[in-house]
Amino acid sequence: MNEKKILTTPVNAEDIAGFKAGDIFYLNGYIVTCRDVAHRRLVEEKRPLPVDIRNGAIYHAGPIIRPLGNDKFEMVSIGATTSMRMEKFEYEFVKQTGVRILVGKGGMGEGTRKACMEFKALHVVYPAGCAVCAATQVEEIEQAEWRDLGMPETLWVCRIKEFGPLVVSIDTYGNNLFEQNKVIFNQRKEEVYSDIARQVSFIK
Amino acid sequence: MDKEKSTKELTDIIARFVSLVGKKLPDDVWAKLNELRSLETDPLPKTVYDTMFKNQELAFELDRPSCQDTGVLQFLVKCGDSFPLLGRMEQILTEAVIRSTRDAPLRHNSVETFDEYNTGKNVGKGTPTLFWEIVPDSDALELDVYMAGGGCTLPGKAMVLMPGEGYEGVVRFVLDVMTSYGLNACPPLLVGVGVATSVETAALLSKKALFRPLGSHNPNERAAKLEKLLEDGINKIGLGPQGFSGKKSVMGVHVENTARHPSTIGVAVNTGCWSHRHGNILFKGDLSYTVMSHKGVVL
Ligand code: SF4
Repeated sequence: MNEKKILTTPVNAEDIAGFKAGDIFYLNGYIVTCRDVAHRRLVEEKRPLPVDIRNGAIYHAGPIIRPLGNDKFEMVSIGATTSMRMEKFEYEFVKQTGVRILVGKGGMGEGTRKACMEFKALHVVYPAGCAVCAATQVEEIEQAEWRDLGMPETLWVCRIKEFGPLVVSIDTYGNNLFEQNKVIFNQRKEEVYSDIARQVSFIK
Repeated sequence: MDKEKSTKELTDIIARFVSLVGKKLPDDVWAKLNELRSLETDPLPKTVYDTMFKNQELAFELDRPSCQDTGVLQFLVKCGDSFPLLGRMEQILTEAVIRSTRDAPLRHNSVETFDEYNTGKNVGKGTPTLFWEIVPDSDALELDVYMAGGGCTLPGKAMVLMPGEGYEGVVRFVLDVMTSYGLNACPPLLVGVGVATSVETAALLSKKALFRPLGSHNPNERAAKLEKLLEDGINKIGLGPQGFSGKKSVMGVHVENTARHPSTIGVAVNTGCWSHRHGNILFKGDLSYTVMSHKGVVL
């Protein structure tokens, strides 16, 4: 494998121009957790995000945090949550915030694909079920906003070091890895079905 | 031992066992994941497997639950008819979950329906889930512990086919779940299939199928053949780790079955994720115990 690719926030459009669906990279700099309610507040209630994420990264995740006192926090566990739940807001969200990298779990849909092409952003996936691994790549939680939303929904501003692997699921050229895979999987499934069906005529 | 003392002792042991299950995968799953990992050749699936393995090592080392979704706790209670604490099992298991939730710590995953609030204890009305089997002429207890995640095994799918659809219909049903829901359930999957007479009997079997040790087979020859055909077939689809595509898709396919009404074939699928946090522990009547799923661990 070639060398580890590392991006550092702020990330501009040229920095990600070389990335295609299926590529892997790691992220330095900052990432902000941002999920259901934060998306809703921005898009539906038109409240500006309390953190500037232009050219930055968000993480669809609800972490487990341990308060250390003195407004300091430790990241215990931070696993990606299903990105698809944010699909309905994501086009508007990317448009308004200028965010460059969306990290989550599983694929996203047409709106996000469109946003990624138009505004030059990437949707990437952190391997799911690897919450401890991700937590150890958070060096420090520097800020916490919208705390009224509770631990999972608060915007946690995390300073990160080689955060990843991040697998590009939607690139700036309109490729959607999960959608493309689905087509292949479904084709293979039909072959598999005909093959097995011939061998299970147990009811005669 | 008096009953209060033994109740406390059993609760203690199970609480510690539940915490362990959240932090360390059972031996059979670990061995299978190692095997599947070694087959991958492309950088993408290899990197994903590397991260999964690193995560499990870190979880154990740092003593933290390996996945943030520690699920709803589900127990298969195979209880001897003369096991001294048979009547207290529900109370014991509930208390054990509360304790493990505090100690491990586990996520608070119990929301009361209709009143719609999180109990903050990880237990509620009917959770943890208990599935019962009473074993005649025995004073022993066999317990399966399972952390059932919201993105994998809890959704599941069941329906009743017409006999005309035959086992071909069963195959179609299972395969369709694999390329839709299964894709997002964090493959490689452990697939539980129930073939029975109604939705609920098939559904229950599809869950119990996940508690069988990996590599075990249905004692019925045709059912075992279906297990093999489905395993090879789903592997050919090549979901790979986390659905990124790869050489294989599943850790195994387990089929469980009962008789059926002549007019129905009940079928259900349950998808266990790669992070298959399952444990099996045996107790004798005097509460001496053996952990079967995780050899060599001390609770
Ligand atoms: S499917 Fe399993 S590994 Fe994936 S997030 Fe859910 S519990 Fe964790």
